[in-house]
Amino acid sequence: MKTKYLIIGNSVAGVYCIEAIREVDRKGRITVVSDENIINYSRPLISYYLGGRVTKEEMAFRDKEFYQENGVQLILNRKVAKLLVEEKKVELSGGEEIEFEKLLISCGGEPILPPIEGIEKVKEGLFTFTRLEEVDRLIDYIQANKIEEVTVLGAGLIGLKCTEGLLERGLRVNIIELADRILANTFDQEASLILENALSRKNCQVRKEDTIVRVEEKKGRINKVILRSGETLSTSLLVIAVGVRPSLGLVESTPIRCNRGVLVNDFMQTNIKNIYAAGDMTEAKDFLLQKKSVIAIWPTAARQGKIAGYNMAGKKKRYNGLFIMNSVELVGVPTISFGITNPPDPENFEILSRKNEEENYYRKIILKDNKIVGAIFMGKIERAGIFSGLIREKLDVSSFKDDLLSDDFGLLVLPAEYRKHMVKGEGFTE
Amino acid sequence: MSDKKVNKPRRIIIREEYCMGCRLCEVWCIVAHSKSKDIIKAYKGQEPRPVSGIYFEERGAVSFTLQCRHCEDAPCLEACLTGAMYRDKKTGMVLHNKDKCVGCWMCIMACPYGVIKPDFKKKKVASKCDLCIELEFPACVEHCPNEAIILVDKEGERIDKE
Amino acid sequence: MAKPKRLREFDVVRDDEKCIRCEVCCRMCANDVHSYDAETDKVSADSAKCVGCHFCEDVCPTEALVIKRNKSQIKQNANWKSDALGNIIKQAETGGVVLIGMGNDRPIRDYFGRIVLNASQVTNPSIDPLREPMELKTFIGSKPDRIELVEKKSKVRNTTEIPPQLELETPVLFTAMSFGSISLNACKSLAKAACDFGTYWNTGEGGLHKDLYPYAHRCIVQVASGRFGVDREYLKKGAAIEIKIGQGAKPGIGGHLPGEKVSGEISSTRMIPEGTDALSPAPHHDIYSIEDLRQLIFALKEATDYKKPVGVKIAAVHNVAPIASGIVRAGADFVVIDGIRGGTGAAPQIIRDNVGIPIELAVAAVDQRLREEGIRHKASLIAAGGIKSSGDVVKAVALGADAVYIGTAALVALGCHLCQRCYTGKCNWGIATQDPYLTKRLNPEIGAKRAYNLLRGWSLEIKEMLGGMGINAIESLRGNKEQLRGIGLHEKELELLGIKHAGEAW
Repeated sequence: MKTKYLIIGNSVAGVYCIEAIREVDRKGRITVVSDENIINYSRPLISYYLGGRVTKEEMAFRDKEFYQENGVQLILNRKVAKLLVEEKKVELSGGEEIEFEKLLISCGGEPILPPIEGIEKVKEGLFTFTRLEEVDRLIDYIQANKIEEVTVLGAGLIGLKCTEGLLERGLRVNIIELADRILANTFDQEASLILENALSRKNCQVRKEDTIVRVEEKKGRINKVILRSGETLSTSLLVIAVGVRPSLGLVESTPIRCNRGVLVNDFMQTNIKNIYAAGDMTEAKDFLLQKKSVIAIWPTAARQGKIAGYNMAGKKKRYNGLFIMNSVELVGVPTISFGITNPPDPENFEILSRKNEEENYYRKIILKDNKIVGAIFMGKIERAGIFSGLIREKLDVSSFKDDLLSDDFGLLVLPAEYRKHMVKGEGFTE
Repeated sequence: MSDKKVNKPRRIIIREEYCMGCRLCEVWCIVAHSKSKDIIKAYKGQEPRPVSGIYFEERGAVSFTLQCRHCEDAPCLEACLTGAMYRDKKTGMVLHNKDKCVGCWMCIMACPYGVIKPDFKKKKVASKCDLCIELEFPACVEHCPNEAIILVDKEGERIDKE
Repeated sequence: MAKPKRLREFDVVRDDEKCIRCEVCCRMCANDVHSYDAETDKVSADSAKCVGCHFCEDVCPTEALVIKRNKSQIKQNANWKSDALGNIIKQAETGGVVLIGMGNDRPIRDYFGRIVLNASQVTNPSIDPLREPMELKTFIGSKPDRIELVEKKSKVRNTTEIPPQLELETPVLFTAMSFGSISLNACKSLAKAACDFGTYWNTGEGGLHKDLYPYAHRCIVQVASGRFGVDREYLKKGAAIEIKIGQGAKPGIGGHLPGEKVSGEISSTRMIPEGTDALSPAPHHDIYSIEDLRQLIFALKEATDYKKPVGVKIAAVHNVAPIASGIVRAGADFVVIDGIRGGTGAAPQIIRDNVGIPIELAVAAVDQRLREEGIRHKASLIAAGGIKSSGDVVKAVALGADAVYIGTAALVALGCHLCQRCYTGKCNWGIATQDPYLTKRLNPEIGAKRAYNLLRGWSLEIKEMLGGMGINAIESLRGNKEQLRGIGLHEKELELLGIKHAGEAW
């Protein structure tokens, strides 16, 4: 089979890539290969699905007609077994070959499984939390075994999102986190503490600076976890959520250059001219760090997929780099964070913050050379997006620094000329 | 959708030097998005009052309102996890389907204008200006007593209500 | 004793059924009349603070508000009316002069209202202005004594030297209202309307703000007793110069802009230090005679190379005719007479209400006097003070004016509701205020359009009236008193106006 555009992976990067290609090229054949058996779904919503807040149908971020309307051939439930760079073709599991002119690899990430003694013997009750089919199995397992208490290893975003879903299902959760606080990558001590306290008011216990060193099974099903601290927890469900890493299996034995992820230039192009990469597996320009990094978040994948699509279809468009940002609501506390939230060398930054623990309110702004490089919003997230704009615009904030934490912070505090440009202007363009 | 009266791109421009801070734009936005479309009922009737699509900012003598800019490269679109935020093909407007929205606030995070609001009135959803796509003329523009909010077409030419 | 409260002029009536608690009234009232109480979820009003500007009524989205004159007042009688009583109560409290804004509101005889116009029937045809040309063009300036023609090789050349003229598309100009007395947005509105329509506006004694430079070619720059904002540049920028001697609302009185209103913009425009009182003396300290005035007129002409008309504005007082004659003889290219109904931003009420004479009598008297002396052509005559309609314009012209100035009428077009509280600086309509919170309410785009519309509407009406009289140019109406008849006027009044009584034929 031959196709003009081949997209591996049918998540956000792939979908945005399709849209961008179609803006430029109405006709060229597009083929998408996905190893999942669903039209499409929003991966971050799996915690909502676990919590029963959305149905499987509601998880689709593009409807069925999308592929038809855009003339996309969708091959589901098939793995790409081999990528033959020279021959410009891939081999699907089962032997079928697809020749391509342009290729987008957007295979996403895969969960990291830490070495734990005894884990290889566990056949049941052990889960990761990144794919919908896993969640389906998790729900089945919970229901079939009338699970009431769950152990979650890792209090990063995935672990906590999973925890929230579990809590919403009425389960008790024990979290074990190696770091000295939860969400260590996203938040600082203060913010983490607020969330931790909010979690502890629910059916959730957090054990920090600890990890699982050994697991025990009973008839193949997980039965106990033994912590580094010596504590033993009986559990019949363990979710491992210590992080994800780019899925590089497909490119490993190819000349495509990788570091942590697949390295791409400003046009989302790998070192192989006709092969592009986007999404969680990609190491691309980082707006704040001015070097390449893997930013495994939805908006990055969307943007990168789009830019890749344009360039694949022949419209030169540059990726200006994004920065890490997250919007997470946990146990009723909405949070938004941008960029560098907890610099390891705080003496080189200016940090503004305001806190009201009773209201779960926390706001922190991180400045470097009078420019915002990071922010945390907790409890009240309205208008947080303005900060994403300020970071992107690299606006000097010295004239309104005092207002950054004020209650009525808005565009009004910005310099009049900048504000007028924003208000009168044509809206945001890259 | 067949009930949409607008089929051309248009844009709202704010002229803060003429904003008198009356906030009538918000009042009429609420009315325009109420079920009854009747000002008294929208405010005093039993129906839950809609959230206005307008942010009003005021400090001293400076005030202005702001509603969704319907950006060309809308960051909210790329941030939306559910496809609830979408671009209307005919008008180029950024619209929001509340039924699909799960209230993840990704759009609030992404919007550099800070013009998307969380709405807790029924289920948790994002809420923003739809440029009154179902009316011939946006309510805020029509009712601004001082023409501080005006409507322009793609070329920037002002559109006045007949 | 129990101190009596000030009289409450208005009642704020709120229909609670209609009030949606949007608090627009609370936000908009500069007099803090309305307030919302979250505890009771009610909006209430302190009617005593209401000045009756009706702004809240206008912005209330549900028409829940009506401002009514307070009927329940102190007991009045034929002599003691509430305004006199009210002023006494105020003065007993403050011991001060009662200030007021806008024009005289006493029932001083309205002659315009007692004059009717003629129309053609049978013997002379009326003209349809929609079908035939109708000229409202008016030239303000001194006209030559005679036309000089030179015949050379059977070709006739006109060698008459025409003094500088202002060319108006309609015989209506915007009168002097300074930036300071009104907001810059109000100035911009009028200035733009004047330019768009083809007439003139007047700086008053406020100087010429740089934002108004684009409209300077249609601007009459004023030189008044304080000489605020006057320099060579200012004189050169304007289309004409007006020396202000007096004003109809306050003849014999100077002006006073308190220091707190002299903000940065006003201070730089008036060329005085920020925060200092802008005091315009009652007289020009260098003018004590017609000869002194002549010196100033020619100094100004000299400064502007004799390229711009220089006029003089006086209040209509008892001696208006001989004074006007002196002004013309002093070299003025136009004379402005401002009658007793002329407006102001601030004046002692006692002066405004009691000093001066009506414009109708003054114009007729001045026109008559100048004709008798054979110098009517040497200067144009502009009537001001109490022009309320195009009918008044036509009557003023027929009584002898070349054109009229309008002030109050123009401000009403911009939103003014004549609450007469200009002097408080809290004009809710954004006109008579410098408070940035209030001035932005007057969008000069809208203001200019409305003022323009007023000029247009009046001009159309003037053409209709002219056509009815069988006249096709406003110039032919000037001083054409046969087109006027008085109704219910005494013989002396008719004589002074120079018109016959209704019922009398030609």
